[in-house]
Amino acid sequence: SCGDKQEWKDKGHAASLCLVPVSLCPPTSLSWCRGSAWTQLQGLKSSSLLLFSGPEIHFILLFSRQGKLRLQKWYTTLPEKEKKKITREIVQIILARNQKTSSFVDWKDLKLVYKRYASLYFCCAIEDQDNELLTLEVVHRYVELLDRYFGNVCELDIIFNFEKAYFILDEFIMGGEVQETSKKSAVKAMEDSDMLQETVEEYMNKPAF
Amino acid sequence: MPAVSKGDGMRGLAVFISDIRNCKSKEAEIKRINKELANIRSKFKGDKALDGYSKKKYVCKLLFIFLLGHDIDFGHMEAVNLLSSNRYTEKQIGYLFISVLVNSNSELIRLINNAIKNDLASRNPTFMGLALHCIANVGSREMAEAFAGEIPKILVAGDTMDSVKQSAALCLLRLYRTSPDLVPMGDWTSRVVHLLNDQHLGVVTAATSLITTLAQKNPEEFKTSVSLAVSRLSRIVTSASTDLQDYTYYFVPAPWLSVKLLRLLQCYPPPDPAVRGRLTECLETILNKAQEPPKSKKVQHSNAKNAVLFEAISLIIHHDSEPNLLVRACNQLGQFLQHRETNLRYLALESMCTLASSEFSHEAVKTHIETVINALKTERDVSVRQRAVDLLYAMCDRSNAQQIVAEMLNYLETADYSIREEIVLKVAILAEKYAVDYTWYVDTILNLIRIAGDYVSEEVWYRVIQIVINRDDVQGYAAKTVFEALQAPACHENLVKVGGYILGEFGNLIAGDPRSSPLIQFNLLHSKFHLCSVPTRALLLSTYIKFVNLFPEIKTTIQDVLRSDSQLKNADVELQQRAVEYLRLSTIASTDILATVLEEMPPFPERESSILAKLKKKKGPGTVTDLEEIKKERSSDMNGSAEPASVNASAVSTPSPSADLLGLGAAPLTNSAPPPASSGSLLVDVFSDSASAVAPLAPGSDDNFARFVCKNNGVLFENQLLQIGLKSEFRQNLGRMFIFYGNKTSTQFLNFTPTVICSDDLQSNILKCNSICLFFGFCALCSTKVQ
Repeated sequence: SCGDKQEWKDKGHAASLCLVPVSLCPPTSLSWCRGSAWTQLQGLKSSSLLLFSGPEIHFILLFSRQGKLRLQKWYTTLPEKEKKKITREIVQIILARNQKTSSFVDWKDLKLVYKRYASLYFCCAIEDQDNELLTLEVVHRYVELLDRYFGNVCELDIIFNFEKAYFILDEFIMGGEVQETSKKSAVKAMEDSDMLQETVEEYMNKPAF
Repeated sequence: MPAVSKGDGMRGLAVFISDIRNCKSKEAEIKRINKELANIRSKFKGDKALDGYSKKKYVCKLLFIFLLGHDIDFGHMEAVNLLSSNRYTEKQIGYLFISVLVNSNSELIRLINNAIKNDLASRNPTFMGLALHCIANVGSREMAEAFAGEIPKILVAGDTMDSVKQSAALCLLRLYRTSPDLVPMGDWTSRVVHLLNDQHLGVVTAATSLITTLAQKNPEEFKTSVSLAVSRLSRIVTSASTDLQDYTYYFVPAPWLSVKLLRLLQCYPPPDPAVRGRLTECLETILNKAQEPPKSKKVQHSNAKNAVLFEAISLIIHHDSEPNLLVRACNQLGQFLQHRETNLRYLALESMCTLASSEFSHEAVKTHIETVINALKTERDVSVRQRAVDLLYAMCDRSNAQQIVAEMLNYLETADYSIREEIVLKVAILAEKYAVDYTWYVDTILNLIRIAGDYVSEEVWYRVIQIVINRDDVQGYAAKTVFEALQAPACHENLVKVGGYILGEFGNLIAGDPRSSPLIQFNLLHSKFHLCSVPTRALLLSTYIKFVNLFPEIKTTIQDVLRSDSQLKNADVELQQRAVEYLRLSTIASTDILATVLEEMPPFPERESSILAKLKKKKGPGTVTDLEEIKKERSSDMNGSAEPASVNASAVSTPSPSADLLGLGAAPLTNSAPPPASSGSLLVDVFSDSASAVAPLAPGSDDNFARFVCKNNGVLFENQLLQIGLKSEFRQNLGRMFIFYGNKTSTQFLNFTPTVICSDDLQSNILKCNSICLFFGFCALCSTKVQ
């Protein structure tokens, strides 16, 4: 039966995401193959010839250590098949990296910025010349928002309330750009939308199918 | 609070998700999903209308199933219906569904757009927000057509709520990205710029993102944003940590907004002196803050602070105008080079590469060479090592070239296979560029072949041969070195190629030494023969015939080899042909003829290194190389193509004179450096001194014009009024060209006069120029005879 959260927590996947990321040790990284597009000669970051033309964030993927996708948000238009292919590839790349690796991976002509929180990997794909460090903080901010909303958020919360996870993300990032960086506003917007606060009783009286 | 009943929790959904998770196998999961799909289908088709809650629940279930990875082909209608509900949560789910499962059914699109329109007009900020989000998420052309006109109005209207303004700005940005033609500039642009002064920082952030993208295509429209951005940035950077309240992130004031403002500033050149002073102060403040002790031990604080710092450094590099700032930036990066955090070391190496190409900071960057070399040797992370290589390449100049090349060669021995080719190209370029003593250059290339022979592309070894042939002083050394290298028991095939060629040309320079007598040279090469691939063997055969000329004393030995069945009856046609022909040549030709035919290769004409072209191609278009190279590109002509005499039209089709003798790097540049000629035509360039006499090509006819290099007939130019066709024929030293003018309109051309213009020196070559103007039908004909 669907008991309360405590019961689910006992079944595993319930470790709180806890805002301290798993690895703090100085990372070393396995560079994944830089792919066919060596778009930076001499590691140019923001040369005046490279324009900020794409969305800051191309997509965000959340997946478990077993590679199960928990959330996927795409900020560019791609056919479904392509999305599946990309997801498989990236999940494989990131899961292959060990604890001591750094947070950035060159992938095709994008950069993957990822961080692991408990059992979930959060991965953002950004343009090559975007600010990597700040993207790490975008991820962190998202986790903070989830935590504020769910209270001690864990993977289960995201599984069972996936639509809420999307809504929270939408408050924060829109069209691939960071929209609202104030924690208060974002959470308030979410709470406003939960206009219906039912009791557990009311909830239990709802149909179970 | 239990997550389950947060807001309008859907119990049925939770149960379903639970069931799925409890499935023990993939088959069980699919079975359960199909059962559910059947259930939902029947509910949707059912007689009684579903209430909002149920609809929402089922749509959400469908969404869940889709996100698991299964295809969903129904439910769109119900989702669209949800859009018209007045309950926020129902609307939300409806929008989420259609944003994720985008459908191109035109009827659905019409309904969706309708719902969005209603929500936009509703004046309810949360509904408007939802609608804007949907447009931003989907961003389809149909939506752009429907809403691109309206959103700017919402954005700049005085009574729009802040949250809606934010959404509108980013929504507009998305539409602009996908359909820029549907978002024309207008009155609203200046109002958007004004949003930079808004007191709500969320609005400023969104506006900055929008302006940054728009400004790149329309810099004039948004140039007033520069000073506003600077003052806003200045205020943020100097604010106390309590000022910005909720926009302070771990003691860093508004990092996201700061970074966005800095990026906006990178779209423009350095501002006017008044503004520039303030900006410089601002950047100095950021640099100063980096030196202060951190306000928090948390990594979030340092990441946010350093994110702003790195972006500021990017701006400093982009402006490339304040030597003081550049040097400070360089020093700051230098500190990061030895930071304990790998991420920072990585980013520092990356940023320093760009600094290396600025004349102000190049010297400062060079001071860090030891640290970078050390990084190359000791970093455990391959991508960091790769950045170190990039930086060494960038900071290389005459003073440190030998050291850097040596280090890169060292690194090459153990480098990742995927990056070897690039390193080989870089080493080859550096060695050539900074070679004072060409013996060093030859050594370096031979080392490259020895260490990473597989990754030495053709351009590299062609180049070394080119250089050896062109430089007398190094020929003997090259022959000797190559001879010694070939004696290694296992040598790479590329070495055999290079060795074969060089010995073929210059083997005589070392033949005096008994250890490298002709016979020994020949035997050495021939011992590798059977190990090599066909192209190499072909090259070796050519070397052998050259030996016949250089060393008559071993002629019979070589002839015996050529005569052997394995050559004369070789399965490969090229080898067989060469063997047969060379054998014959050696038999029947007199020594004089042989000497003439097999004379030493003449020096190659100087042209741009094709290696550089290859490296640029690898790196992709639109990248910046160092300043020298840009200047070099701009002044290089199109490979010095020679003659064909021609008027402002086609040419006799000779084989392209710029074809390299050995096929060395035919195409000059493959990146985006614009060709120097304005009319974009290879042949017109040749007559650059008589350019004034030759009119530039009409726009749009470049492609057609270029085609005439290979063909004699065709359409030269066409627009709505006129079509010009060309037909030419050539015999011996005479040529005749017909130019046809076709009138595409239904009215007659009056006073139509075709003129032939050509430079003075060619004028004398034109024998006859007839103008027969026929206006019946739609055709006029004009013929020119050219000698």
